Amino acid sequence: MRNARFWFLAPARLVALCLLAAPLVIVAAYSLLTRGVYGGQSRPLTLESYSRLADLLYFGIALKSLLIALAATLICLVLAFPLALFIARSGRRRNWYLHLVMLPFWTSFLVRTYAWMFLLRDTGLINTILAGVGAIAEPLPLLYNDGAVVLGLVYGYLPFMVLPIYATLERMDTALEEAAADLGARPWVALATVTLPLTRPGMIAGSVLVFIPSLGAYLTPDLLGGGKSTLIGNVIQQQFTSARDWPFGSAISLVLMMLVLAAVTWLLRRQKGEFS
Amino acid sequence: MRPVLALREVTKHYPEHPPDQMAVDGISFQVDPATLFALLGPSGCGKTTTLRLIAGLDSPTAGHILLHDEDITTQPPYRRNVSTVFQSYALFPHMTVRENIAFGMHRKRMDGIEKRSRDMIDLLHLNGLEDRRPSQLSGGEKQRVALARSLVLQPDVLLLDEPLAALDPNLRAQVRDELKSLQRRVGIAFVMVTHDKEEALAMADTIALMKGGRLEQAGSPFDVYVRPRTRFAASFLGAVNWIGDVGIRPEAVRVSASRPQVDRTVHLGQVQRTTFLGDRVQLIARMENDAALTVQLARTDCDFEPGQQVHLWWQASDELRLPG
Repeated sequence: MRNARFWFLAPARLVALCLLAAPLVIVAAYSLLTRGVYGGQSRPLTLESYSRLADLLYFGIALKSLLIALAATLICLVLAFPLALFIARSGRRRNWYLHLVMLPFWTSFLVRTYAWMFLLRDTGLINTILAGVGAIAEPLPLLYNDGAVVLGLVYGYLPFMVLPIYATLERMDTALEEAAADLGARPWVALATVTLPLTRPGMIAGSVLVFIPSLGAYLTPDLLGGGKSTLIGNVIQQQFTSARDWPFGSAISLVLMMLVLAAVTWLLRRQKGEFS
Repeated sequence: MRPVLALREVTKHYPEHPPDQMAVDGISFQVDPATLFALLGPSGCGKTTTLRLIAGLDSPTAGHILLHDEDITTQPPYRRNVSTVFQSYALFPHMTVRENIAFGMHRKRMDGIEKRSRDMIDLLHLNGLEDRRPSQLSGGEKQRVALARSLVLQPDVLLLDEPLAALDPNLRAQVRDELKSLQRRVGIAFVMVTHDKEEALAMADTIALMKGGRLEQAGSPFDVYVRPRTRFAASFLGAVNWIGDVGIRPEAVRVSASRPQVDRTVHLGQVQRTTFLGDRVQLIARMENDAALTVQLARTDCDFEPGQQVHLWWQASDELRLPG
């Protein structure tokens, strides 16, 4: 019996080992090596990459990344709850709206980000139209700033917030809101005291799903932020490309991962203790 | 006595249903103060819809609903002084028992919330459960919290949707009696929806039997059982043997081995089989015209064997004369 269990679980273990554990070990190993003179990496083993992280420069970039990821997560929360509520209450058209939410996934994220550049740049659609109707004399600086980065992150990760919130709303017993109304709660009060608190698990799941990729994002800040908006994801990317400093890139990756892991574990622990 | 609740020609049609199919079809009745009123009927007869119309969770297509002579037909649920105990109880899972009970009082800005909560907790024996969440309660405890949450608002009418359906069968008879005595004690009119005739017969002061969105018959349990006005009413409330236009309930049939000295028509029959049911015995007799007659006897009254010749008769007053 025990033997059968071992063999049936073996494929899953193998996948986890090859695709999760092994890459992590490789990254961890690289982070301890020294950068080679012509790129590449070699011995001796050293903690130098980690000590370089103490630089104030990286602290500033990390802080800014954190703030931008938080902003994107908060905006997603505010937008996603009413949207998910609307979809959950749409009766038969519900599935149709859900498909619309997921439709962007059918196109490459890169292409969609380029599309935003066409909309936002000085000669882009928005500025052209505004100038055309005489609303502005100079093009608005819509692209290549932190605002554009947040916009791009919100656009890209909104479905990850909508879907878990929708799933919680969908599972909720409709009698709960009726009971609230029956006990004297006006619609807005029922929403605030019953529906919203009961959607918390979905909001937390959605926040984790939006916050983590936002924190590590490098494509969106690279394209929509221009050179002005370097985030931690871009720093990591640069170490592996132009800077050719794989040990340092590995060290940043690992530290970032550990911090996110700690934060998410704490959040989920708290969540678990609350509903049981 | 002025009724606390009255429905006048109330009709409900759901837009997604065919135009001639009414969920509730011109229903009128009234509920007297401090009585237990049961809406009884098979599933789909419109009894739950009627309850939702009274609560304001659905609005009628036509007709009027009056609470203490005030027309509340268009009032939203949060303004009506009625309260509902839902079939699933619908307790708020993110709140404790205490918070569930206080919810309505906060919404209605009542004073003395602490004291009223304590009184309700005492009345419904919820002491010691105040800080639990609904997921930590048994079915019976959940129901008592739902009752407390509604009763603490002192509604004019308490609405109960299948109050015993979600409970363990072994608990039902006990809760049935407790609900009835609770109703007597608080003196609030209860309107209860049920599909279970025994529940309705045991608990209600008035039974309103519904069928196909219409009110089939309303009256005291005794009245509806003994003097049903339609074959549906007769059959829904209990078993009936139909002999032409005459119905006779199994427990009204008398059986004897020797010819009885009565000035009634006595039928001859042959015992086909007997089924032992514990406290009673069901006997099926084949009559001379080959019709089968079901008879119900107390266990101690039955010493008949299959194949035995028996005499069967009943009182004229027990005959239900209802043309089919």
